[in-house]
Amino acid sequence: MDLKELYRDVILDHNRRPRNFGPLEGANHRAEGNNPLCGDRLTLAVRLAGDRIEDIRFEGSGCAISTASASLMTEAVKGKDRASVRQLFERIHALLTQPDAAADPALGKLAALSGVREFPARVKCASLCWHTLNAALASPSGAATVSTE
Amino acid sequence: MAANVSPRNAPRPLDVEAVRRDFPILATTVHGRPLTYLDSAASSQRARPVLEAVEHYERHSHANVHRGVHALSQAATAAFEGARERVRRFINAVSVKEVIFVRGTTEGINLVAQSYARPRLRPGDEILITALEHHANIVPWQMVCEQTGAHLRVAPINRRGEVPFDEFQRQLSPRTRLAAFAHISNALGTVLPVKRMIEAARAQGAVVLIDGAQAVPHARVDVRALGADFYTFSGHKMYAPTGIGVLYGREELLAAMPPWQGGGDMILTVSFEKTTYNELPAKFEAGTPNISGAVGLAAAMDYLEGLGIEAVAAHEQHLLELATVELGRMPQIELVGTAAHKAAVLSFTMKGVHAHDLGTILDADGVAVRTGHHCAMPVMTFFGLPATARASFACYNTEEDVARLVRALERAREVFG
Repeated sequence: MDLKELYRDVILDHNRRPRNFGPLEGANHRAEGNNPLCGDRLTLAVRLAGDRIEDIRFEGSGCAISTASASLMTEAVKGKDRASVRQLFERIHALLTQPDAAADPALGKLAALSGVREFPARVKCASLCWHTLNAALASPSGAATVSTE
Repeated sequence: MAANVSPRNAPRPLDVEAVRRDFPILATTVHGRPLTYLDSAASSQRARPVLEAVEHYERHSHANVHRGVHALSQAATAAFEGARERVRRFINAVSVKEVIFVRGTTEGINLVAQSYARPRLRPGDEILITALEHHANIVPWQMVCEQTGAHLRVAPINRRGEVPFDEFQRQLSPRTRLAAFAHISNALGTVLPVKRMIEAARAQGAVVLIDGAQAVPHARVDVRALGADFYTFSGHKMYAPTGIGVLYGREELLAAMPPWQGGGDMILTVSFEKTTYNELPAKFEAGTPNISGAVGLAAAMDYLEGLGIEAVAAHEQHLLELATVELGRMPQIELVGTAAHKAAVLSFTMKGVHAHDLGTILDADGVAVRTGHHCAMPVMTFFGLPATARASFACYNTEEDVARLVRALERAREVFG
């Protein structure tokens, strides 16, 4: 079992110094994600301009995988429209769950999460932020809550 | 075969290598490394005599209980009722009528909540619990409070994870109809001063339920000496199978309670006009019970008393003290729960490493610990933590297990730089 595959430098770096962390002024979409098994909590705040994510930040507490995943996600989706976010979500889902998913160049830095699929107990940690983002974008302009359970 | 057949109460040291040979699963390797099982507070492993008793029952004696005149039904009934008598002796209940088989501690608490508390409690009445309870000893009482209008009070804990007796006493009043608390905390390992707490609660006229899930494998439990009205525990934390547990209740209380679930075995006569209920303990055991589980539980009690509960407790205490010193030496480790009186549980956090990451890294070294909120979210909230890692000790753990835990923690620090 190779821990280095799970805890790659990119993951450790984003855990130690999460990007886009903290409150977001002028947010118009929000969602809270919970992983009741572990007690991980994540709040996503999004400022949508039309169909495009103008800005996105997150707060909360979680393990290295969930923190790094959220940090990487905020970097990846900033500036993207809903359709591109949906495509990215599907690619990430495949990366985390399909045992032989080929390297997907469209994922960029997010590919660092590929080690997670060898640790089935940790897949939910990496996917929590993505489910939360879906909920935030789906809610008309209020607050939504999602749970991994 | 049991490792040491020592006389009861003889505090002679445990032959841990012999004990380990009684637990076949301990020979397992995990990710190519020997298993270091430090999660017995969640569920302990099964002793060979328990596995053998269950298999023997299934192979040679199984039929439904209390129903047939044929030979196997009688054999099954004898095994099941023999197990009940074994439990009675183990906890020193007066009568087998006071020993109700349930699925586990959670079901025992829910039974008392719904059958004792719900019909009796009125708006203004109070139920008192403590701040270190497992969710199973919180939520059933919240449900009863919603159903009856009673009020839930919570005796606080201090920074060491103790329930100060004075604070507990201050929460008691003649309005306290029921008090429910753990004998030993699952999240922190704190041993509560249950005897004093029971006396104080009963002096106010409250009925007392003890959650004994973490206590029965580590301490001799004498329900009469404790003076508890209800005492409930699970088999699977004391080397017996899952799905079997015990609710002890004083006969007078159980007799006055309505049945909880309806069905077969709990009735005397059934007609569409009127059904009459069976005597204790059958009144609370609707449906075909977990017969082989009860047989396994009785075998686990034989096994544990064969080792000597005092000897097991002394061995675990030694490991707890050793681990407390070893982890205390690591500057990045913070111990959570430092009560003066503790048993078998060491909860901790590591600076800069979330408990779940710790769990994964330790697992890669074959070290199994629990990580998370331990079904005690209010305890985590009190300490301002999302989660902790918890190592817990049983009769089969060794000093080498503690050393492996320490090495795996050092590795975690390396992984996270």
